[in-house]
Amino acid sequence: MGALMVIFSLQKDQRRKRTDSVEDELELSAVRHRPEGLEQLEALTRFNRKELQILYRGFKNECPSGMVNEDTFKVIYSQFFPQGDASMYAHFLFNAFDTDKDGSVSFEDFVMGLSILLRGSVQEKLNWAFNLYDINKDGYITKEEMLDIMKAIYDMMGKCTYPLLKDDTPRQHVEIFFQKMDKNKDGVVTIDEFIDCCQNDENIMRSMQLFENVI
Amino acid sequence: MAAGVAAWLPFARAAAIGWMPVANCPMPIAPRDHRKRHDELIILNVSGRRFQTWRTTLDRFPDTLLGSSEKQFFYDEETKEYFFDRDPDSFRSILNFYRTGKLHYPRYECISAYDEELTFFGIIPEIIGDCCYEEYKDRKRENAERLQDDQDDNKDCKLPNMTYRETMWRAFENPHTSTMALVFYYVTGFFIAISVLTNVIETVPCGATPSQKDMPCGERYTIAFFCMDTACVLIFTVEYLMRLFAAPSRYQFMRSVMSIIDVVAIFPYYIGLVMTDNEDVSGAFVTLRVFRVFRIFKFSRHSQGLRILGYTLKSCASELGFLLFSLTMAIIIFATVMFYAEKGSSSTKFTSIPASFWYTIVTMTTLGYGDMVPKTIAGKIFGSICSLSGVLVIALPVPVIVSNFSRIYHQNQRADKRRAQKVQKARLARIRIAQTGSSCTGFLQSKRNDLLNELLELTGSEEEEQQLNKSMSLLESQHHHLLHCLEKTTAHEFVDEQLYEQNCLETTIQSYTSRSPSFSSQDGPMGTCCTRRGKMNSPLPNSSLPLQPSHQQGSLQELSALHIQCGDKVPHTNSRSSLNMKTDEVGLINCKGSQITTAIISIPTAPSDTTDGDGLHGPPQRRPPPPPTGPQAPSINTTASSNVIKVSAL
Repeated sequence: MGALMVIFSLQKDQRRKRTDSVEDELELSAVRHRPEGLEQLEALTRFNRKELQILYRGFKNECPSGMVNEDTFKVIYSQFFPQGDASMYAHFLFNAFDTDKDGSVSFEDFVMGLSILLRGSVQEKLNWAFNLYDINKDGYITKEEMLDIMKAIYDMMGKCTYPLLKDDTPRQHVEIFFQKMDKNKDGVVTIDEFIDCCQNDENIMRSMQLFENVI
Repeated sequence: MAAGVAAWLPFARAAAIGWMPVANCPMPIAPRDHRKRHDELIILNVSGRRFQTWRTTLDRFPDTLLGSSEKQFFYDEETKEYFFDRDPDSFRSILNFYRTGKLHYPRYECISAYDEELTFFGIIPEIIGDCCYEEYKDRKRENAERLQDDQDDNKDCKLPNMTYRETMWRAFENPHTSTMALVFYYVTGFFIAISVLTNVIETVPCGATPSQKDMPCGERYTIAFFCMDTACVLIFTVEYLMRLFAAPSRYQFMRSVMSIIDVVAIFPYYIGLVMTDNEDVSGAFVTLRVFRVFRIFKFSRHSQGLRILGYTLKSCASELGFLLFSLTMAIIIFATVMFYAEKGSSSTKFTSIPASFWYTIVTMTTLGYGDMVPKTIAGKIFGSICSLSGVLVIALPVPVIVSNFSRIYHQNQRADKRRAQKVQKARLARIRIAQTGSSCTGFLQSKRNDLLNELLELTGSEEEEQQLNKSMSLLESQHHHLLHCLEKTTAHEFVDEQLYEQNCLETTIQSYTSRSPSFSSQDGPMGTCCTRRGKMNSPLPNSSLPLQPSHQQGSLQELSALHIQCGDKVPHTNSRSSLNMKTDEVGLINCKGSQITTAIISIPTAPSDTTDGDGLHGPPQRRPPPPPTGPQAPSINTTASSNVIKVSAL
């Protein structure tokens, strides 16, 4: 009887292995996304062929399926900021890049965002930044939205900073921001106020040109 | 940096534009990319087989041979390719590591050959992906054990300088070390056998004499058996005492299973010696003799298989427990049913439920002695159900135990889970150390280096400056620039854990708040975050970092974005190096603006040096602050050079 039982158990194992593989195969047929052709992308963005090629190779290497979902995005972005928690800011960034709001960033989204950031005019860049800050995309940046963004940025610093980060540091920073930007003191910053104010600020203008030569 | 992460660095840098409108400071200058823009194909010729890849692929791991300038040593000018005289088959997995970021261990590969290839190409084996790491470690351990066994066989001479005690212990544990040990081994084995035999024969009825009934031999030849028993127990006692004496850790030895078995084996005899005259206890004493059968377990020192069996049973404790539990459940259920089914019939043996237990057990294990059988029809029906289900219930947990045994048997004393966890931790620690050690101790180290460069520029010592200019890869410098921009945006700086903890301590310990009068009237609202040193605003009443009396000149300002508060950090940290390192203030070098006091480093005049051990605070001021009023001397935060900073696997 003992031998019988052993034989039964072994057979059970084999059967289990076979059913597992079938289930795995079903799961594996993940989404695959193929981007539009090089010519279309060239037309849509300000990169030339070579640059698009390099960008795509890097993108596809990290995400073989062609789409980045939010969790992967957070993981990738967090690797650049080891000391802090970049997940909140990555969430906002993800929303800014995912222009068609389908929950994942495809190569087109990625490259169009980069095109604005690296090759766009100052106006476009500021537009993009405004879009990033305006979380609910209603055309106004409220203090709460700005506070969220600010907290996310400060979170990336982590806790080991000098000077020590205090709890109301983000809030104070938001106050400065609003003092500077909110011309009519109505508690929200519109796109025009934002662009106006940034164009008058030398520092901001200069730093906008900073990343021209990234690609 | 991890493979794919390098590809996303341009994206992260571009996304930093999102910080710009929020920042109040100008940003540092980006590092220039002097290299060629386009990506070139590199040909790697490994023993005749040509592999081609992009240069940037190889650059992903700058601390390996292929990723660093070390590969230039293998460059062949005529054929414009890199030639390596190594195994092309193993090279495949190494090149795939660069491509995918994951290192795999091919099963057909010999472990030592693979290790050598990894060492040659400068890749640490701990990076092997989780899918293959288990296999790699197993093979490596097997190999190591094989080598170890070979070594052990080869050495049969005693190590010199072993104390008598150690020799004895070694002799006990490993009988093949010396002839004496072997003799001892066989003698004890012989006596265990004799003792067990004696116990058995003691109970056999010897031939009956005409005068008496059949009695067991033990009672007939009492004296003989007693002498035999005494002899065996003496030998066992001596053996136990000798082991106890020789054991390196006596407490541990006394707790080990084998020694407990030894004690249990010889105790009944001594108790019997003590209690021979007391009538009441003699019944209990007879029971104690049962324990003499434990002597047979002493054989497990002599048999490897017995030990493995014992170990298996111990490790399958949970499955055994489950088996027991399910059996008990089934027994109770069926016993109850049978009892009530058979209650009707007369002269039934099923007198109570516990009485039915016996029937249930015998039926479920398909023994079927037949001493209790159901007579009613209902009883017979339930009895058959019981017997059928017995097969099932026992068949369920037993294969688990069987497979466990075979697994353990094949692995043959696999390490504890605890040891595996330690190995896992050690492995992760090694990866972290290797990656932080070689490539960068992080952003902070590079800041320090930059500052040192500044320092040396001022003092004009060229050679040291060049020494310090470690060539950082472009990727690293870009990443550092990104972190720098973040610092500027938030007007705070990254520091390492040590410093952070010190700062925390300082804020809680210090209780002295005083303001240096020399700072009362400096350039007004600086607004920008760059005015860290020296100049401060009107003293704000709620500074959380009080000054220390001896450092009135030095005021490191604690920044919130707007307010420039004055707080003094005690630069008391174990400033080991004569070049006082600063972990901050690099940014100031890049700051422009005339209103900014760039007095990063300045020599404090007289009174402020008391707690600073090294004396030298730093080179003189870079630029005279406008307007220079009095001793400007902001103190310098001398910090100790950092040790391992927790940087992720970048």
